[in-house]
Amino acid sequence: MTVALSIEHLSKIYRLGQIGTGTLSRDLEVWWASVRGKPNPLLRIGEREQVNPKGDELWALRDVSFRVQQGEALGIIGRNGAGKSTLLKILSRVTAPTSGKVKVKGRIASLLEVGTGFHPELTGRENIYLNGVILGMSRREVAHKFDEIVDFAEVAQFIDTPVKRYSSGMYVRLAFAVAAHLDPEILVIDEVLAVGDVAFQKKCLGKMGDVTKAGRTVLFVSHNMGAINQLCPKAVLLRQGTVAAMGETQDVINDYLQGQESGLDQEAHLDVKSDGKITSIRVEDAQGNPRTDFGVGEDFIVKFTADVPDHVRKTVAGLEVSSLDGQKLLNLRSDGQGVVFESAQRLGRLVFSVKVPGLPLYPGVYSVEPWYAEYRGKRIDHVFNAIKISIYPKGKFASEKFIQPGRGVILVDCEWVCEYGEK
Amino acid sequence: MPEEIANTEENWSLIITPQRGLFDLRLGELWQYKDLLLLFVRRDFVAVYKQTILGPLWYLIQPLLTALTFTFIFGSVANLPTDGLPQFLFYMSGTVLWAYFADCLNKTSNTFIDNASLFGKVYFPRLAVPLSILISSLFTFLIQFGLFLGFIVYFSWREAPVQPHWDWILFSPVLLLMMAGLGLGFGILTSALTTKYRDLRFLISFGVQLLMYSAPVIYPVSAVPERFRWLILANPMTPIIEAFRYAFLGAGVVDARPLLYSFIFMTVLVLIGVMVFNRIEQTFMDTV
Repeated sequence: MTVALSIEHLSKIYRLGQIGTGTLSRDLEVWWASVRGKPNPLLRIGEREQVNPKGDELWALRDVSFRVQQGEALGIIGRNGAGKSTLLKILSRVTAPTSGKVKVKGRIASLLEVGTGFHPELTGRENIYLNGVILGMSRREVAHKFDEIVDFAEVAQFIDTPVKRYSSGMYVRLAFAVAAHLDPEILVIDEVLAVGDVAFQKKCLGKMGDVTKAGRTVLFVSHNMGAINQLCPKAVLLRQGTVAAMGETQDVINDYLQGQESGLDQEAHLDVKSDGKITSIRVEDAQGNPRTDFGVGEDFIVKFTADVPDHVRKTVAGLEVSSLDGQKLLNLRSDGQGVVFESAQRLGRLVFSVKVPGLPLYPGVYSVEPWYAEYRGKRIDHVFNAIKISIYPKGKFASEKFIQPGRGVILVDCEWVCEYGEK
Repeated sequence: MPEEIANTEENWSLIITPQRGLFDLRLGELWQYKDLLLLFVRRDFVAVYKQTILGPLWYLIQPLLTALTFTFIFGSVANLPTDGLPQFLFYMSGTVLWAYFADCLNKTSNTFIDNASLFGKVYFPRLAVPLSILISSLFTFLIQFGLFLGFIVYFSWREAPVQPHWDWILFSPVLLLMMAGLGLGFGILTSALTTKYRDLRFLISFGVQLLMYSAPVIYPVSAVPERFRWLILANPMTPIIEAFRYAFLGAGVVDARPLLYSFIFMTVLVLIGVMVFNRIEQTFMDTV
């Protein structure tokens, strides 16, 4: 096996507060003030000087090293701000690293967006050529694949119409079709699959699978653990700009999900400022072991802790389970079943626990979103998108027919009958 | 050790490093992207005139109206001399030539700002954009210049004092190249600087206007008093416009030394411009 891509001690520092004010006159003003020994005139009163000798540095990537073998599909996962986008930008040569190197064997093409460089006034045909060449194909290559692209995008009828008259669906299909027919040795893909309707998304996933099977090296960045799991045998987990884990995708995903348990994002909460926030969430199996992957129909327990504000005497708890596209699948609440938690004194810290028995979810990744509220009052906190569970095929549904995530929501054990008769 | 395995196969096709050298201009890579260059040219051409009624006719109307206006204001009202040439031809030659230079400069100076979203998503040699602008502006220029030639024929037929110099006409592609180079050099330097200072853009449109008055667009060099002539000749566009006029109309001050000065000025400017441009293109996305 040969190495197709080698990332060596890659770091990227963004200097905050050193970017300048954006206009020459203001920069001159600041400079003139500093020459005369006066404070920065543009700072508001009471604001401290931001430009410390070293500058405020943000390490978007810090000493990242890994190798990708030829023909390998590698998933890159991590929270927002973990450095995924920066890594992609460096690999696509949109920006230069601060230190370190990336060595590449073969042609590299990156897809950070579909439809880059599309011009609304040009026709579909003209845009296919323009976009293809922008993405690194030669005109001959585009011509060679032209029919395939048009077929894939299903826009043959409108190929000589300016794309500004296209429906948004057609536009996206055409844009993805061009990208999907790039033939580089190494393909770097950002989450561009979240486009088009469901049918087209499936087609895209299928096409990406083909690309990997054809022996190309693929780097795939996504929040969709299902897609990562399906397309990439190996994955890298980035955390705060460093490589936190690398290896078998399922292990890395578990690592990622585990990491989510501690420290909930600020953005995840209902209201950042109010007190009484949910401080931790964990998902366990029926035996009490922390887990985030479950077989179809397995029991699971969600436990979450909150420091209840002093004035609250009665609370109710709730749990929502949503698919990754935001569809609410489950909306449970304790008071709906007549359960209210109350106390004569202050409640202090509560650990809510809800057991969800035998939930027949279709394989895929789901978001678990607990909340609690004052009884007959307002919601105190609701955590969105913080903990995800992945459901895998198991038991009666262990068949690989159920392996593709997102093909459904619920699986139940049905009886299939067929009666035979004469025509 | 993986390190050792890697050492046996060091035939990488691309190595991404922090900062490229100042002289690592990668012009060969630009050649690989020649298709892109051509498609950019086509896009500019098609996109601009696709929804206009008159289409490419605008290319002809612009210099015609400008030359007529100049003839009226500078010729009839201000009574500026024109080296004995028909006023209309004199102003038209100046307008058409200056328009190409100004077009190249103005458009290339917006390279980074106008293409920020594109540059943020995909890599290609950024120089392809300003170069495509030079070429698409060249088409405009050629159409306008064709019109100008038509007027020369018409005026000669009317027996106006027009005397083309064929040896200099053969030299005119070099003059054209020098003009494009000057526009490109000023333009990409500005484009690199505008990534940091947006307000330079206003300075540019204003500066091009001022620069025009220090070039022999609306007056001939011969009309400038001897004391101020150095000021006019310091503008690298001056010898080029004069030489063009001399070649096609037969009047003007041509000399090898000012032309050489323009050429050297252009070469140095383009070199510096390309170097700065290359430097900026690598980190540009961090500053917008």
